[in-house]
Amino acid sequence: MGLGLLTSRTLKSSRILHSQYSRFRPIVTKPKLQSPDASSAAAAAPQPETTPSPPKKPVGGARIHFTNPDDVIEVFVDGFPVKIPKGMTVLQACEIAGVDIPRFCYHSRLSIAGNCRMCLVEVEKSPKPVASCAMPALPGMKIKTDTPLAKKAREGVMEFLLMNHPLDCPICDQGGECDLQDQSMAFGSDRGRFTEMKRSVVDKNLGPLVKTVMTRCIQCTRCVRFATEVAGVQDLGMLGRGSGEEIGTYVEKLMTSELSGNVIDICPVGALTSKPFAFKARNWELKGTETIDVTDAVGSNIRIDSRGPEVMRILPRLNEDINEEWISDKTRFCYDGLKRQRLNDPMIRGADGRFKAVSWRDALAVVAEVALHVKPEEIVGIAGQLSDAESMMALKDLLNRMGSNNVWCEGTGTNPSADLRYRYLMNSSIAGLEKADVFLLVGTQPRYEAAMINARIRKTVRASNAKVGYIGPPADFNYDYQHLGVGPKTLLEIAEGRHSFCSAILNAKNPAIIVGSGLFEREDKDAIFYAAETIAKNGNVIRPDWNGFNVLLLSAAQAAALDLGLVPESSSSIESAKFLYIMGADDVNLDKVPADAFVVYQGHHGDRSVYRANVILPSAAYSEKEGTYENTEGRTQQTLPAVPTVGDARDDWKIIRALSEVSRICLPYDTLLSLRSRMRTVAPNLLHVDEIEPATFGPSLSIDCTQEINLTPFKAAVENFYMTNSVTRASKIMAQCSAMLLKE
Amino acid sequence: MLSRLASQRLIEVRQAFRLSAQVYRSFSTALNYHIDGPDNNPDLPWEFSEANKAKVKGILSHYPSNYKQSGVIPLLDLAQQQHGGWLPVSAMNAVAKVVGVAPIRVYEVATFYSMFNRSKVGKYHLLVCGTTPCMICGSREIEGALLKHLGVERNEVTKDGLFSVGEMECMGSCVNAPMIAVADYTNGSEGYTYNYYEDVTTQRVVEIVEMLRRGEKPPVGTQNPKRIMSGPEGGNTTLLSDPKPPACRDLDAC
Repeated sequence: MGLGLLTSRTLKSSRILHSQYSRFRPIVTKPKLQSPDASSAAAAAPQPETTPSPPKKPVGGARIHFTNPDDVIEVFVDGFPVKIPKGMTVLQACEIAGVDIPRFCYHSRLSIAGNCRMCLVEVEKSPKPVASCAMPALPGMKIKTDTPLAKKAREGVMEFLLMNHPLDCPICDQGGECDLQDQSMAFGSDRGRFTEMKRSVVDKNLGPLVKTVMTRCIQCTRCVRFATEVAGVQDLGMLGRGSGEEIGTYVEKLMTSELSGNVIDICPVGALTSKPFAFKARNWELKGTETIDVTDAVGSNIRIDSRGPEVMRILPRLNEDINEEWISDKTRFCYDGLKRQRLNDPMIRGADGRFKAVSWRDALAVVAEVALHVKPEEIVGIAGQLSDAESMMALKDLLNRMGSNNVWCEGTGTNPSADLRYRYLMNSSIAGLEKADVFLLVGTQPRYEAAMINARIRKTVRASNAKVGYIGPPADFNYDYQHLGVGPKTLLEIAEGRHSFCSAILNAKNPAIIVGSGLFEREDKDAIFYAAETIAKNGNVIRPDWNGFNVLLLSAAQAAALDLGLVPESSSSIESAKFLYIMGADDVNLDKVPADAFVVYQGHHGDRSVYRANVILPSAAYSEKEGTYENTEGRTQQTLPAVPTVGDARDDWKIIRALSEVSRICLPYDTLLSLRSRMRTVAPNLLHVDEIEPATFGPSLSIDCTQEINLTPFKAAVENFYMTNSVTRASKIMAQCSAMLLKE
Repeated sequence: MLSRLASQRLIEVRQAFRLSAQVYRSFSTALNYHIDGPDNNPDLPWEFSEANKAKVKGILSHYPSNYKQSGVIPLLDLAQQQHGGWLPVSAMNAVAKVVGVAPIRVYEVATFYSMFNRSKVGKYHLLVCGTTPCMICGSREIEGALLKHLGVERNEVTKDGLFSVGEMECMGSCVNAPMIAVADYTNGSEGYTYNYYEDVTTQRVVEIVEMLRRGEKPPVGTQNPKRIMSGPEGGNTTLLSDPKPPACRDLDAC
């Protein structure tokens, strides 16, 4: 946490200062470490000890919103006045004043437990130190955080916590990023007075992702609260009492949540650690690269921790608008797929049906030779679900210059419409879903399609008792929902106002309709969208101040592909293709490709489409390239390379650029920047990083649909949450998860 | 240096003199996690009996309908009485279903309270008070006598399934220490009784056990014939006369 970082930072900087003594590392004397001002210096940024104007900045970018000006109260933290809204706790007031209070059980996104007692502060006129995380701040309260009393109280708490905590930091995976370790630097003693036996607790089996060493547990109950409140699986609990207390599931049970990996992050000690990462690396050896996730359309902000050429682990990054501070298990644990099944050399399938590694020059020459000898309308390009916007732009330009306009992104259906952006974006934005009070999920299962968006819906349902109606195959969501029906019949009933759920939409203040992009694959998708838009129109879902018409996309490439206009000219072009250029598309049905077609597969994994390929061009995965992605709400974000590419692989757009040169068409960009300026002419929003470009027009522009609706029920868009793309299909961890968790 | 050595030595000596190797004493009859067994696994069906279903309704009527989970403790108690003194995991699941919470929330409660037995107990569950006043008056010897007479360990059930011995914290009869409480599960939840036998001696507890074995009902309360309830042995020794009225109440005299 913040305190730990600051402690380590101060320690680090002091080490740099003393680098001339680096051979003899100075041993910090105990009195200095134990004196109150040393700890406060470690706890907060160094600041002048003068009275006027609070010199500290809020901790961790804490923000305050005064909804009602009457609710402002003033408290004094270490003598400095702070204005906070009514109802905040003492700890939050201290955070806004820039004082980081040590804590274990308190977590800003979970309910308050108040059981670790580490956050004790002194409050004037209070006879005892108070637990600041559970104490509401009162007007005029004088809070003192660095008095000897507060320090002594915390030292006492720390001594009790360390009493039953094993001394196994050298073999603990949390070492280096452990809250207990960091805070014991400030509040712990170098010797214990506890001479009894330490307690030991039986480890629990929580599945293939979370490793437990329950003896290290300090009973902060963060994991219990996370599982109950955020993940929505009530499996974990606090069992027993007193010194025999332990976290567990009581009955043998795996944690079947798609967010279970987050308990690793919120555990302040090493009780819950990552099983795949166990004993692999220490956190200070790792290089962090702040990038984004592409395994689903959410675009969760992640940090890829790598050591040398290897991705060691993936952690979430805070982004309040997208993933808050959680990520799904698929995002977190798919990284071992980046090491398996990789394509590392250009390959050509020989006459015997076996691939042979060749040089880039030969491979590109072969491809260009074939491409020049087929008719333009027989050239087809398909972008994959992990493609970045730059490479899709290049692919489209290449094929257009060859004379073909049959290029699309997999998953957008046979006849995608890219004319109206609101028809493929989540218009209310992910954070905006929290304002909704009625949800209508049409043919989408957010829990499996976009776990982070499901967490938002669950948060809304918990916070405001929002009603959720669902049309689609029977599913298990982790919140209460009303299963309205399985197919378009129910949708039509609601559109025509004959269904009981209509009144819920009509009475709602901010109704939200979420249409799954699995429906793109249906023949009658225009009619279904028309029906959904009718509901939106009747229910006043789209207003100037609220746009509740949402489409939940399935993959990271789709939004950018449609923004760039990757729309095929003819929906059946694949059946007459002679030259098929597949850019990482592994979920397209290649059965209809004619046997004599020449298939080029450009991608990073030897996945499904490779079986049909004639030439393989190895490219970089999302952890190895700089690329632009647009998430389902239309937010542009960029990945950064964390590790070098594998073997002879190249960035996608560079391969296409090289191929264009060999085929004597020569695309007019040589750098990523000039490719991006080309992108600006097509979709300028793709250059506005971290911004949402909302859809300009609503359904008012859409024409009446005459298409007949097909009454076959909706299908689940995602069969197996853990395996949706070439990276996750290559991952051993994801395979274990689907074997163990999905069978339950 | 010398003082540190001395203190270290002292600690060693203290550890050597520590009485038993057992450092961790659990009052609960079972572990904090469940292990499937033939008579205790989630697949076994378990339901409240018809008579108890009415009681369940009565218990739930004490709480607002949106706070049904408040009734989890009385319901667990009822389930325990019905199931012969202990709670299999399927009974806890049944309670969870009745109050409408996740099973783990019920497990949390059941593991917290040592009065909920999560492993099998005897028809007569003998609970020896182990808190300070009883311990000073010899509850360890009482327990030892019981265990020796029945030939079992603590929390172990006799072969005939009649008796088990457990320990409990203070039951409020300190004036009649030492005491044991006997939970009688022979007659299901209708005839469930929970009796205190106070002022017991090592001989008397064995007599009580034998009387229970014969199906007799030993008189509850103090087992010391010279005492009447919690009065002193041999009659009152103080406050024998009527109290004198306090002078200050006599308002005329003031």
